[in-house]
Amino acid sequence: MASFKPTKIQVYPKLGEKVTQDTLYWKNYKAPVQIKEFGAVTNIDFSPVAPHNYAVTAFTRIHIYGPFSQEPVKSFTRFKDTAYCGRFRSDGQLLVAGCEDSVVRLFDVSGKVALRMFKGHTKAVRVTDFTSDRYHILTGSDDYTCRLWDIPNSTELTSYQEHTDYIRCGITSKLNRDLFITGSYDHTLKLFDARVNKSVMTMDHGQPVESLLLYPSEGLLVSAGGRYVKVWDLLKGGQPLVSLKNHHKTVTCLCLSSNGQRLLSASLDRHVKVYNTTNYKVVHNFDYAASILSLGLAPDDESIVVGMTNGILSIKHRKSSEETKEISGQQKRRPAYRVFVKGKNYVPKQDDYLVSKPVKQHLAKYDKQLKRFNVSKALDTALETWTRFRKPEITVAVIKELDRRGTLKNALAGRDERGLSQLLNFLVGNLVDPRFAPVLVPATEMILDIYQSVIGQSPVVDVQLQRLQDLLEREIGYQQDLLEVLGMLDTMFTSSLPRKEVPCSGISRPNGLAQGDASAPGPQPQAT
Amino acid sequence: MVEHGDIRVVHRGGSKINFREPVLSHDSRLLLCASGECVKVFSSSTEECVHDLQGHTDLVTGVLLNPSNHLQAYSCSADGTVRLWDFTDGILIKTLVVGFPIYSLYASAHHNGVLFIVISMASDKRSELFQLAALHLPQSGDQLVEAREFSSVLGDVSSNPAAIAFGQGGEYIASAKGLHLEVYFFKKQKSYRFSLKEDNKKGAKNTFTCLSCHPKDDCIATGHEDGKIRLWRNFNHKREYTYSTLHWHHSAVSSVRFTPEGTNLLSGGVESVLVQWRYNQETQKDFLPRLGAAITHIAVSPDGELFCTAHSDNKLTVIQSCVKVSAVIQGLVKGESVRTDLMVDPRSKALVLNGKPGHLQFYSLQRDKQLYNLDIVQQEYIHESGLQQFEVVKAAFDTRGNWLATVEERKQKDSTLELNLKLWAYDEQTQSFVLNTTVSGPHEARITAMCFCHTADSQTTMLVSASQDGHFKAWQLAEAAQTEDEGPFWSCDFVGAYHSLVPECCCFSADGSLLAISFQEVVTVWSPASWELLTTLSQPPGAIRDLCFGRQSCSKYLLGTTAKNLLCCWNLLTCTLEWSTSMDVSLLLSDPLSENMAAFCSHAGCTDLFVFKPSEPRPLFSHKAICSGKVTRAVFAPREEMLESCEESSQWLNRSQLYFLTQYMDLMTFITKAEEDRLMASSKRLVIDDSVAVTPFYLLLGKHRQQQQEKQDRSFSAERNQLPQGSVAIKELLHTPAHVLPSASFLCSMFVRSLLISVTDSREEKKSEEEEMESDKEEESECEMEASTMGQGQTAEAQETAAPALTKAQARELRRVKKLDHSWLSSLLDS
Repeated sequence: MASFKPTKIQVYPKLGEKVTQDTLYWKNYKAPVQIKEFGAVTNIDFSPVAPHNYAVTAFTRIHIYGPFSQEPVKSFTRFKDTAYCGRFRSDGQLLVAGCEDSVVRLFDVSGKVALRMFKGHTKAVRVTDFTSDRYHILTGSDDYTCRLWDIPNSTELTSYQEHTDYIRCGITSKLNRDLFITGSYDHTLKLFDARVNKSVMTMDHGQPVESLLLYPSEGLLVSAGGRYVKVWDLLKGGQPLVSLKNHHKTVTCLCLSSNGQRLLSASLDRHVKVYNTTNYKVVHNFDYAASILSLGLAPDDESIVVGMTNGILSIKHRKSSEETKEISGQQKRRPAYRVFVKGKNYVPKQDDYLVSKPVKQHLAKYDKQLKRFNVSKALDTALETWTRFRKPEITVAVIKELDRRGTLKNALAGRDERGLSQLLNFLVGNLVDPRFAPVLVPATEMILDIYQSVIGQSPVVDVQLQRLQDLLEREIGYQQDLLEVLGMLDTMFTSSLPRKEVPCSGISRPNGLAQGDASAPGPQPQAT
Repeated sequence: MVEHGDIRVVHRGGSKINFREPVLSHDSRLLLCASGECVKVFSSSTEECVHDLQGHTDLVTGVLLNPSNHLQAYSCSADGTVRLWDFTDGILIKTLVVGFPIYSLYASAHHNGVLFIVISMASDKRSELFQLAALHLPQSGDQLVEAREFSSVLGDVSSNPAAIAFGQGGEYIASAKGLHLEVYFFKKQKSYRFSLKEDNKKGAKNTFTCLSCHPKDDCIATGHEDGKIRLWRNFNHKREYTYSTLHWHHSAVSSVRFTPEGTNLLSGGVESVLVQWRYNQETQKDFLPRLGAAITHIAVSPDGELFCTAHSDNKLTVIQSCVKVSAVIQGLVKGESVRTDLMVDPRSKALVLNGKPGHLQFYSLQRDKQLYNLDIVQQEYIHESGLQQFEVVKAAFDTRGNWLATVEERKQKDSTLELNLKLWAYDEQTQSFVLNTTVSGPHEARITAMCFCHTADSQTTMLVSASQDGHFKAWQLAEAAQTEDEGPFWSCDFVGAYHSLVPECCCFSADGSLLAISFQEVVTVWSPASWELLTTLSQPPGAIRDLCFGRQSCSKYLLGTTAKNLLCCWNLLTCTLEWSTSMDVSLLLSDPLSENMAAFCSHAGCTDLFVFKPSEPRPLFSHKAICSGKVTRAVFAPREEMLESCEESSQWLNRSQLYFLTQYMDLMTFITKAEEDRLMASSKRLVIDDSVAVTPFYLLLGKHRQQQQEKQDRSFSAERNQLPQGSVAIKELLHTPAHVLPSASFLCSMFVRSLLISVTDSREEKKSEEEEMESDKEEESECEMEASTMGQGQTAEAQETAAPALTKAQARELRRVKKLDHSWLSSLLDS
């Protein structure tokens, strides 16, 4: 006949964000290494060649760190004032940096003293970069000009004075030696061609532009300024494609993951957001302790380096594959494979009579007791410490099942001080959880009814009851507050919604309201 | 009004099979049980219904094996007759007319020629007092006999057949009623009465419910209301009687039964556990738990091999004596009420309705058999009275039967309503429904209506549920989020409301482009694509009871019935009322395969049926007073094959058949005259001669045999000595023991060829056969004498009948086979 049907453990939807492939990927980093710099870290640049050292520009120094070192491999300290924008050349041999004192310095990575000094700007140089032919340098400055310099004879080639405000970001094309783009606080992005003496394309970002990024194909340009990240299609003459507004403070830095599938943006609001570049949805989010000024991603996403306003450089390294495997291996220690396949591949001979073994139903301990109608014992089992703390849904499911069987009162009654305080402890922990409240509230009422007469006899139980009372009073307070907020929101919504006249009266209001109800969770608060 | 001359309302299956105790035949192969107005004979091994014993004109109230002939059975009925049947062949042997409604029937092997019947005390039918009377069987050979010769044995007995039983060797008969046990000794012609106190100290009820007498010992076992079983001994003394008490059941014992040898006592009750007590060692018990529903009767076969229990969910369970279930015969489960509507599963064409608590049953209308039960609630059922259980209250299928939506609810007195919406996907592999999504608490109050979108072609199906909380919700199948490990699931797509009124009914139009929802007096029409409110219809005023879109050519009409006894039809193109008529419609439904609509109107305690097309003012068909009381559940079930009726009044039954449930939970249907004639003819032709299981082999052979018979009939008329083709081969095959035959693969091709109708000229064949026989003579001489003589005999026979059944090659083959075998085979064949 039909076998015993075990207690159904309700599966509750997981609170918080869903686990996706992206979260798994971006969470697979070790705990961050933090290095204190002398001042705000304004720029991080990874060397394009093998060991992938990175240059960190902070205050008057540029430090070069190795991929796993916590001490700088190299330091450039010959700056008179704050250094800006230390960048590697594509062969990793040279490094260029701007400075507050308007002088652009070129260093050999192995040397110490500047090889070249480019003087000509009148104000701080915030932007420096090498062109793709390696012989020129692009600089942008607070004197509203951007210039191209020749490295061998350290002369200025051209100067463009088209921006009307500080130039704070710029980038050269990796494919064409003559093209470069600058972004300025005058809200514009300008694409220059070194072969003509004026800009060839201008795009209006709408906010002071803080950072620029070119896709590897160089068909798309990403700009960050204000709270917005915008994507432009250069091949369509600078047509805006997407505007993203996911940060609530100025976005300071942009970065592309190694495979070009994810875009990262860092902001003063202390978050780094990861976007999918096909649909531009946020797929992951990192939190940091302070406002972020610079962000760097090592090739193959091996490490994420973030520089913050308080001078802290945070480095996260990816977990190596062996490490992750080792941990999972420790968690799942199971019997050997041959235990399961033993005798399974035996092929019965033609004349063999097969005796099928009845399938034994495995039941949990509380189910076994429920099957024997031992209700008190079943509840005891469900209240065991591990279950109670780790899987409260099991305890709740057993209480619900007992209630359905009409024997909850019997199961709850007749407990000693220890048992009762255990029960009350569980209730204090879970009573106000909106997932469990519908089951636990009647149970609590039942307990109070049963044990009314023993109140005052045991100090332990009294303390628990007192805690329960406090909890309920607090909860009532929360509910009241929430209702007030809800009322306020309602008035705001009704006043802000334009009054639409429709032929059939009274439709728009219920619709809007109902949809609001569906999307927003009910007025049940999460007591924490 | 249209004439309805040839359409009748008939009962259609689903009658109770647990009404009275089932009876197992002497060889335990057949199982007899009273079922409505007939006695059903089941095979206890294959669970198939072998045949119905039809003849009674009222409820059959008892079935009993004839103690003097174990191939015959008596049945008694409320129509005042006792009939004697040959149940193996299904033949009525004798009818005894008593003249009073009989409530139960007893017989003993030691009382020859006497039957004991329970009839009411007074001639008045209403009387609550019953008496046990001895009916002397008249010694007449006639089919129909008047039997008026009876004498009262015991007055004031219970009408419950379980409360009377014969004792050891038919010496006494025991009867229990209320708090009294009465034992009547036939020899002394004296009865003893024993009484129990109404309540003992613990407040238990001592009322007798059933009893059984030990077959070898002076012992009576009685079951009681409080779950106790008492074993009475020494009851042939007024004072010195003793009893011992067994207590395991927690509520009333509904049946106790000793096994024929008296070694065990079986008892069952509402716990649905069969308890087997060892006689004289009552501490040892065997249990058979979880039989599904409360046990109402227990029967034991005369050889003690099989037990049979009848259950309150219209089920018979056959149990082997080692306490193992061997077969389950399940009828249509009828609860107190059908909370879900009647539905038809689009895949299996089975009727779907509430079954056992927490289940949906799929019931085949054609075969009058329950196909399977779908466990909706998936919780252990606790057999305890007064316990509030989860109930399935709503269910809906989508058009293709891929999805099933169910709503279950449980309402306790003081706590909140628990609601679950479950969506089941049809799984091709297991051929049943698999739970896909559970939504706990889909609404805050009871769900009033639920329906699927009708569109057959679209990929996405939509479910709409309306609830008393004033909202309706649309549910849609959503693709799983980024993680691939889970399949698609259902989620809420839209929540709508209208002036905070309570939605009552909802209905999708035939093409799924419109959704009509009634909010008390207002019908709102929505577009499911954009969730815009398209229009509202509120004329004429009156709370809407039922809502239905027209189908096919009438899909522009929306029909509704109001509480003010109006049937309204709106034209949705003009958004105006097309017509309305005043009638108290209790149920309105549309035929999914035609434009027809059926309206059940309650009128003066009876229900009338009108079938009409929304576009035509005249009803196609009307039938006054189809049954008493209100009809609230009905369904159009599609026919397996279309009828070709050309009469106007019965055309509406061509594509689908209308089934409805009466107030008393009887399943009725409408049947046309032509169909009835056909059914009668087929039932006459269909002779199942044995309780042979319907295996593919049986079907093949059985059909063949039928064909043979038909051919025989034809050939008798046309040509006397034309015998069916291949008869020799088949006879040979069937009459030879299987273990001496060559392997089936060897015989198969020959067998199949023999079934084919040969095209060669029969005369030519005959000649060739003879020739071949000549040539084979030499070969055969090698083999043994008997075989050859037999072969000659056979050929002689073949010549005699002049029907060369086998072609040359076949015959040779057959002979070769014979040669392979040994002589003892042929001797066997000869004998």
